[in-house]
Amino acid sequence: MNNLWTDSLSSFWSVWIIVITLGTIAFSAWVLCANRKTDKVPDAEGNVDTTGHAADGIEEYDNPLPRWWFLLFIATIVFALGYLALYPGLGNFRGALGWTQENQWEEEVARAEERYAPIFAQYQEIPVPELARNSDAMRVAERIFQNNCAICHGANAQGGYGFPNLTDDAWLYGGQPENIVATITNGRNGLMPSWQQLGSNNIENVANYVLSLSGLEHDAQRAEQGQSIFAASCVACHGPDATGNQALGAPNLTDDAWLYQAPGQSVADAVRQTLRNGRNGHMPAQAAYIGEDRVHLVAAYVYSLSLQD
Amino acid sequence: MSTALEHPTYNYKVVRQFAIMTVVWGIVGMTLGVTIAAQMVWPELNLGLPWTSFGRLRPLHTNSVIFAFGGSALFATSYYVVQRTCQTRLFSDKLAAFTFWGWQAVILSAAISLPLGYTTSKEYAELEWPIDILLAAVWISYAVVFLGTIKIRKTSHVYVANWFFAAFILTVAVLHIVNSAEVPISGMKSYSIYAGAVDAMVQWWYGHNAVGFFLTAGFLGMMYYFVPKQAERPIYSYRLSIVHFWALITIYMWAGPHHLHYTALPDWAQSLGMIMSIILLAPSWGGMINGMMTLSGAWHKLRTDPTLRFLVVALSFYGMSTFEGPMMAVKTVNALSHYTDWTIGHVHAGALGWVAMITIGSIYHLLPRLYGQTEMFSVKLIAVHFWLATIGTVLYIAAMWVNGILQGLMWRAVNADGTLMYTFIEAVEASHPGYVVRWVGGVFWVTGMLIMAFNSYMTIKRRESIGQPIPQAA
Repeated sequence: MNNLWTDSLSSFWSVWIIVITLGTIAFSAWVLCANRKTDKVPDAEGNVDTTGHAADGIEEYDNPLPRWWFLLFIATIVFALGYLALYPGLGNFRGALGWTQENQWEEEVARAEERYAPIFAQYQEIPVPELARNSDAMRVAERIFQNNCAICHGANAQGGYGFPNLTDDAWLYGGQPENIVATITNGRNGLMPSWQQLGSNNIENVANYVLSLSGLEHDAQRAEQGQSIFAASCVACHGPDATGNQALGAPNLTDDAWLYQAPGQSVADAVRQTLRNGRNGHMPAQAAYIGEDRVHLVAAYVYSLSLQD
Repeated sequence: MSTALEHPTYNYKVVRQFAIMTVVWGIVGMTLGVTIAAQMVWPELNLGLPWTSFGRLRPLHTNSVIFAFGGSALFATSYYVVQRTCQTRLFSDKLAAFTFWGWQAVILSAAISLPLGYTTSKEYAELEWPIDILLAAVWISYAVVFLGTIKIRKTSHVYVANWFFAAFILTVAVLHIVNSAEVPISGMKSYSIYAGAVDAMVQWWYGHNAVGFFLTAGFLGMMYYFVPKQAERPIYSYRLSIVHFWALITIYMWAGPHHLHYTALPDWAQSLGMIMSIILLAPSWGGMINGMMTLSGAWHKLRTDPTLRFLVVALSFYGMSTFEGPMMAVKTVNALSHYTDWTIGHVHAGALGWVAMITIGSIYHLLPRLYGQTEMFSVKLIAVHFWLATIGTVLYIAAMWVNGILQGLMWRAVNADGTLMYTFIEAVEASHPGYVVRWVGGVFWVTGMLIMAFNSYMTIKRRESIGQPIPQAA
């Protein structure tokens, strides 16, 4: 292995590829050149004799290959051979330029970083609450949000089924600047276990209790029975007063904000479904992907969304 | 069928069956195309039902236009051409009948199983394993009938049209069997035996050769018979036929990796796909030149003969899309065009402009002759069909060029801070007018096909009233 050769293929396959590639090109060139000339002389109209055989009445002239077409064919072959000398193609041969799609990508990313990094870096030292009121910074930050976050949280950041609304005051993991930065940097995994084992009657009771917490329509008798199950099974995460625990990402159940309410679904059905089957929420980590400077900016954007102006 | 229709030497029955089904499946397949084009404009037309959603109707559209319409046309013309140019009857009438009924069974199975959601998820090879096996059986029978007929020919020479038909039949057998190698896990579910990048490479080796052999070599076979027949001129150059035939079938095999530029496919394979696609330009144009130059001395016929116009415009679109193809295979162009509507436009420049037009021209030549006549019921209606098809094609591909380049440029546009200038949905919104124009182009096409169906019906019906026997000349 050296500058011109890799060892990504075994030598047999490398040689095999080189031989059949060059063989195919050589065969085409040979067919082309071997049939170029004709000893037939064109008549006054420029046509030569037919071949003599006729198929269902169809005769065939034997005109020579058009010169421009012959040259076009040769030109594409020359281009191909030149390309194979410069770029990877012939088995393990790297090509004279040492090009790979990975290093092309790395170079483009490096060029972009050099050009754009200062734009984001200038905001790095400004605290999030201050940055959130800087309209120039927020214009840039909104684009980062639209490029990277809107696919789940929506263009208006109001979320969707399973994707938190970022414009309200309900925070699963806290709405302070450092919480938001941590969420974006490292991502989050929210787990609500399934409570199938409680049995359907108990699940119905707990569901009614949870509905009562937000003042929604419920069966008072069932809610009362559900409260004792809640106290035994749910308080560890959601807390005795059911206001949740931001350290765990356990949601507040008293604020009438519902992350997992599918379109057209009633809150009661959504709560039942959550209790029966549990939930898995996943926010992917962004720092390695967009870099800390952009995380800082977009955190300020998210912070700005719930500012009461 | 009355006995008067039976040709003393040739088996015209199977040719007639396939020719009629070409028109029928053309209408079905293109109507499906117009339906999904309308769904792109008005998404409500998905009807909220799984069976009528774009994702299920789209493979039904591609399968029905390529394999039902294009396939029936290839069966009809190859069976006709091989008998006429070899001056002998088909090798086996029974096997030929099996290919007809078997092929229709494959198409009906597709029409049922694809909307129900049964799919291998391999593009243009979506059919599940039991249908794959039937298809393989039909195709091998086709090869036996066709090659058997060449073997028992009464002429010394094998005409160039038959080289292309033979290459198409043999290669498609290999492509279908290799790419559809799969492990069944239940009655209608299987998994490919290939994995990862190898699976992708096998799929696009198949996919691009489906274009190269099914949609190109096969239809070149059609061209090499019907163009000189309709123009009543000799083929321009026998040696050009030789060179471009061998170069075409040798080089096409390599072009598949250009569908996988900038993916997990190794760099060397991508490069080979690209350079072979570029070398393919001249061999492709060889066919166009040979067809076009065959018309020298017969250009005046275009004024009066709309059938010949179909054939010549088909060759023009063939030349245009085989220039566009190598260009799009260049990595820097592909980086812009890939995943956009440009690809869809390119495919339809070939599928509508080349494949469908050469087919329609050939059928307009063939159909009256199969029913003991020299001309279709109405030459005027052929002319109307010609203009509908030509304008429809131009509307379609122009709309997709605009959309494709628009999408490619919007996706890569960045602001001064390096962030993307447009979200994905903005590119979708910007594409909306193009989708409307494309749909209109499709409506033109279906209208033309309905006119063709009427013209064909009247041609067949007229024959019954004349009651003339088929000409006896072999």
